Amino acid sequence: MRQLLNTLFVTTEDVYLSLENDNVVVHQDDQILAKVPLRSIESILCFSYKGASPSLMGRCGELGVGLSFYSPRGRYYCSILGENNRNVLLRRAQYRYADDEVLSLTLAKSFILGKVFNSRWVLERAKRDHALRVNVKRLSEQSERLAHSLRDIRGCESMEALRGIEGIAAKDYFYAFDDLILKSKDDFFFEERTRRPPLDKMNALLSFIYSVVTNDCVAALQGVGLDPYVGFMHVDRPGRASLALDLVEEFRPVLADRFALTLVNTGVVQSKDFEQRENGGVFLTDSGRKAVLSSWQKRKMELITHPFLQERISWGLVPYVQALLLARLLRGDLDAYPPFFWK
Amino acid sequence: MMVVVAYDVNTETPEGRKRLRAVAKISAKYGQRVQNSVFECEVSPSDYLMLVHDLVEVMDQERDSLRMYKLGAKHSSKIEQFGRRRHLPVDDVMLI
Repeated sequence: MRQLLNTLFVTTEDVYLSLENDNVVVHQDDQILAKVPLRSIESILCFSYKGASPSLMGRCGELGVGLSFYSPRGRYYCSILGENNRNVLLRRAQYRYADDEVLSLTLAKSFILGKVFNSRWVLERAKRDHALRVNVKRLSEQSERLAHSLRDIRGCESMEALRGIEGIAAKDYFYAFDDLILKSKDDFFFEERTRRPPLDKMNALLSFIYSVVTNDCVAALQGVGLDPYVGFMHVDRPGRASLALDLVEEFRPVLADRFALTLVNTGVVQSKDFEQRENGGVFLTDSGRKAVLSSWQKRKMELITHPFLQERISWGLVPYVQALLLARLLRGDLDAYPPFFWK
Repeated sequence: MMVVVAYDVNTETPEGRKRLRAVAKISAKYGQRVQNSVFECEVSPSDYLMLVHDLVEVMDQERDSLRMYKLGAKHSSKIEQFGRRRHLPVDDVMLI
């Protein structure tokens, strides 16, 4: 199995990155803040407005180091891609699959099955771990409804029906979500999912984490040679990474939601890490983003046993493994796509 | 895996000083300088072979000495650090 190397986060907003002797050099004015060999890192996430030198970009592409640029506020701009998308046959297979409605539906069902199954187990785990602090009755009810949705998904016959079931399941799940927040309930509460812009702190946190996970999915798909922009459930739209959005569904509950809850429940992220802007949207502050990203990196290094491969891998490799399994399905090496079912 | 590269280059002659710079430059390609002539390199097995090959190429077998300590994948428990740090540890969160 591939080894997951470290990610270099550059969150200081006025630094410049350059290349020297296969190292990425972080400059602030005349000072050199750090020098890291490109071979020992997986990717660089740059939140600085000053950017990076073209020679660094070129070398990153060559060595397969991911280099992504964000605004200092965390808005995604672009990534550098190397020559790793060479497998044209795989991409052709992907496009044919995406054009076939029946095949696309089977795949879409797998993704949503994974999502609802994982959502249900997030609720079930909360029941088990914090029986005295949560509303067990409500969690049981919602978990039961999700179990129903699972059956509906198996039997559903059109993409519209599937979207409908997914919507209901998401509502059922988020209805019980507030119960999972155990600490500082005055600041962190959850009524409904809001986005563009997120209207409260919990939504702001979720939105930020979702964008980070989705970006990891884009990188994973690109890494195995798939086209992240051609999805099976999400409709093609210019600039939208539809396949990454399809793939991220199964990870949302286990990887993103539970991570967000852990941050709140352990006090890593607090009320002061958020700010409200003129349009009413709530966003993470610089320090908040730093806290989230550094915990995220630690989380990615934690080991789990992959339910399908039965191999020890780190959480950070899960999107990569699922992308690999998806590629195997498209190439015809697997009969069905095994979603990531996590209990 | 983590490899520690430690070297001793004889610098009595101008050629020796040139070799010292070359050895340092090659090591810095693969790892971070943690002390003056000590580098910690997080490398894949194939990178390791290339690193050794490049270093042996420039060193003078009669005058210099090169030692590689392989710490494996679980290196963090095998390294202790005291005093000033001059590099960014690769096993911790890398945030600047």
